Amino acid sequence: MFGLSACDHGRVKVRLHNPRRDLDIEGPITIINLLARLDLNREAVLVVRDGELVPGDQSLSDDDSIEIRPVISGGAL
Amino acid sequence: MKCVTCRGPAIIDIRRHNSNFCAEHFLEQCQRQVRKAIDEFSMFEKSDKILVAVSGGKDSLAIWDLLLDLGYTVDGLYIGLGIGSYSDTSLDHARAYAKTRSLHLIEVDVPSTFGFDIPNGSRAAKRVPCSACGLSKRHLFDEEAMKGGYDVLVTGHNLDDEAAVLFGNTLHWHTEYLGRQLPVLPARDGFPRKVKPLVRLAERETAAYCIVKGIDYLIDECPMAAGNKHLGYKSALNEIESASPGAKHSFYFGFLDRAAEFFATEASIDREGLGACASCGAPTTSETCAFCRLVERAGGQLPERTGVNAVPVDLGPTRLGAVQ
Repeated sequence: MFGLSACDHGRVKVRLHNPRRDLDIEGPITIINLLARLDLNREAVLVVRDGELVPGDQSLSDDDSIEIRPVISGGAL
Repeated sequence: MKCVTCRGPAIIDIRRHNSNFCAEHFLEQCQRQVRKAIDEFSMFEKSDKILVAVSGGKDSLAIWDLLLDLGYTVDGLYIGLGIGSYSDTSLDHARAYAKTRSLHLIEVDVPSTFGFDIPNGSRAAKRVPCSACGLSKRHLFDEEAMKGGYDVLVTGHNLDDEAAVLFGNTLHWHTEYLGRQLPVLPARDGFPRKVKPLVRLAERETAAYCIVKGIDYLIDECPMAAGNKHLGYKSALNEIESASPGAKHSFYFGFLDRAAEFFATEASIDREGLGACASCGAPTTSETCAFCRLVERAGGQLPERTGVNAVPVDLGPTRLGAVQ
């Protein structure tokens, strides 16, 4: 499985928000599989790498660094 | 994954449309959906003076950007709610976007203008923070739009927002609210015309739009909103959407097409007998409007009269010809 400690070299680095935290995960792994492993709904997040969107079928390899960005907002309307 | 338009590499899939898009054609898709909402619901014209409520988040910055790119002239309105560093950062994002496109941003700071902030004021007034926040924003949106002579007030409510509110209103059968849950609320004396041009875009798409356009928006969620019912409804709807793409769209637009008219009468009864708030002049069914009561209970200072007086008026027709 994936560790919750500080990121190691040679693994996919994943940043999550709300609360902000970092994970490192063994690659290669597709975005769709990564989100499933993290139990995240694809409707509720976007994956960003170097400021650009990463599509769901793309595979991440070791040394990739991505951000999983929540898209749900919901304060007062 | 290939773009449905050009067959080049796609950057995003939109499952309810069974389509994938490259960056260029995704931006076109967003523009197309906003243009369609504006046209379908007759929201406004190019000649209208438009004010958009801006929070610094993805939806409000996306709709401001989209409307500008579609050729509309739009000013921004930011309401500072005194929610600590969250409000400071949200203002920074709103100002930064306005600066990049040389836009006019009206700023109203609740703590310095009315003497209370949302965290402390809601506690003192014994209201849920999101309730006090929403009430304050709606009042100040109306007031600033009327004061500035704007023809229309735009908010960044997206498909997920509308589906979640509809879900909550249906769950509790708030029929008076169901009758008013429309993408356009016509202007009446004391109230500006209010429109929601993002109703055809999900919030995943508005966030993606900002990323593709390089718009720096506030990612973090409001600390006061954590655990609220609205977020729970969105989460539940996303579970349904995952299993059945298009469910949110079908739920909301099906309501507009086939159900909203049945709640129209109750919504209009609920708004009968509007008079002017004795304190600020805003339209209200009570002697003092809900915002002025909140200010008083929160220990703030009551605002001065704006001179805007409300009188009861007939409500306009919807696209179904029903009265709302």
